[in-house]
Amino acid sequence: MNGVHDMGGMQDMGPVQEEKNEPVFHHPWEGRVFAMYRATGAWRKWNLDAARYARELIPPAEYLRMSYYEKWYAALADMLTARGLVTRAEIESGRPAHGSAKATPPLTPKQMLESVAKGASAKRDVSVAPRFQAGQRIRARNINPVGHTRLPRYARGKVGTIDRDYGVFVFPDTNALFLGENPQHLYAVRFSARELWGDQAKPQDTVYLSMWDDYLEPA
Amino acid sequence: MESTRRDFLTTAATAAGAAAAGNLAHAQAQDHDHVHQAVPSDMTLRVKSLESLLVEKGLVDSAALDALVDTYEHKVGPRNGAQVVARAWADPAYKERLLVDADKAIAELGYGGMQGEHMVVVENTPSVHNMVVCTLCSCYPWPVLGLPPVWYKSAPYRSRSVIDPRGVLREFGLELSEDVEVRVWDSTAEVRFLVLPERPAGTEALSEDALAALVTRNSMIGVAKVLPRREGGAA
Repeated sequence: MNGVHDMGGMQDMGPVQEEKNEPVFHHPWEGRVFAMYRATGAWRKWNLDAARYARELIPPAEYLRMSYYEKWYAALADMLTARGLVTRAEIESGRPAHGSAKATPPLTPKQMLESVAKGASAKRDVSVAPRFQAGQRIRARNINPVGHTRLPRYARGKVGTIDRDYGVFVFPDTNALFLGENPQHLYAVRFSARELWGDQAKPQDTVYLSMWDDYLEPA
Repeated sequence: MESTRRDFLTTAATAAGAAAAGNLAHAQAQDHDHVHQAVPSDMTLRVKSLESLLVEKGLVDSAALDALVDTYEHKVGPRNGAQVVARAWADPAYKERLLVDADKAIAELGYGGMQGEHMVVVENTPSVHNMVVCTLCSCYPWPVLGLPPVWYKSAPYRSRSVIDPRGVLREFGLELSEDVEVRVWDSTAEVRFLVLPERPAGTEALSEDALAALVTRNSMIGVAKVLPRREGGAA
């Protein structure tokens, strides 16, 4: 989706403002939202890509206005209801609906820490032939899907070079919509800054993106 | 999905506002001394309400949330990455392993896991300066840097790093020479990047721990260089 989240290359967002001695969470509720997102993810009703897509669906004016964890909260509430873990009425009241089923035991503290230590790899140990080799020139496809994609607008149609092959990874465009993992090769692709931005860029500067086979065509 | 959220945000705000008003009225009725106490913010109320719902439904254990918050507030952070950098500076064989297979080399120091499953370490040199961004969201190598600061997740950094990296670096006080190659790594997939900054001159005699103390979070994102002394003389 050509949404406001895809902001690489915009120029009107103001200066970068660094906060000195910034805390990890600015308010206790931010940590709770962060942790609830992880804990409810353990029910496997969605995946990482679907969670990103849920945040991208926040209407643009709200997306820009909301703080980071406000967006997480909105997306979490949306996923919980859309995937049937709770109802909107329950979120509004803060109480389970009368007679609603109680889930089987949630993630314990020990399981939570184990899941963080283990991680959740998106790499898949399946045999898929790569379509491109390191050193090969490619063109990023000019696609404009209305769903989720990790191909930013600023790279579409641009010519780059395969830098290296990272191996086979879950494809977010289908996974986010629960249409399958569609595992395929993921590459580091190098673009000249001039190819992306024209003569205002320094000739030697480069931008590297991680790109799947389905984003690329031979150049 | 979108219209659902619009409705949800509106109704949740109304419900939380009503709850806040209710709390205040309750406090006033009970004790006039408490009238001026801070009314909890809208988000505090909404999030408390959601947590209690999820706990009651058996979906979440509050102690597990405590454990996760504690992990990222107190245990996982940029000191982990600083240890990796210091080891690479002190031990050329380790540096070689780190640049070839970052996952294994970082695991040697005991770090890994969520949002650091597939790591790539990129080395800054006198002629190449690497910096890391996630233009589409907030991807960041948690096991070595912890959770990202607000500026990293902000629209200005996400939007401008790819088109004007030198201008962004200038805002961090870093003026790069004209002939340096700037490489911007946009984290568009499940690969996470750590910058191996240049070791500052004059640090030959320092121990690995003393070296680690020099390494800042920003230098490992690539928006700063490592100085021979920490600001404030902490080194």
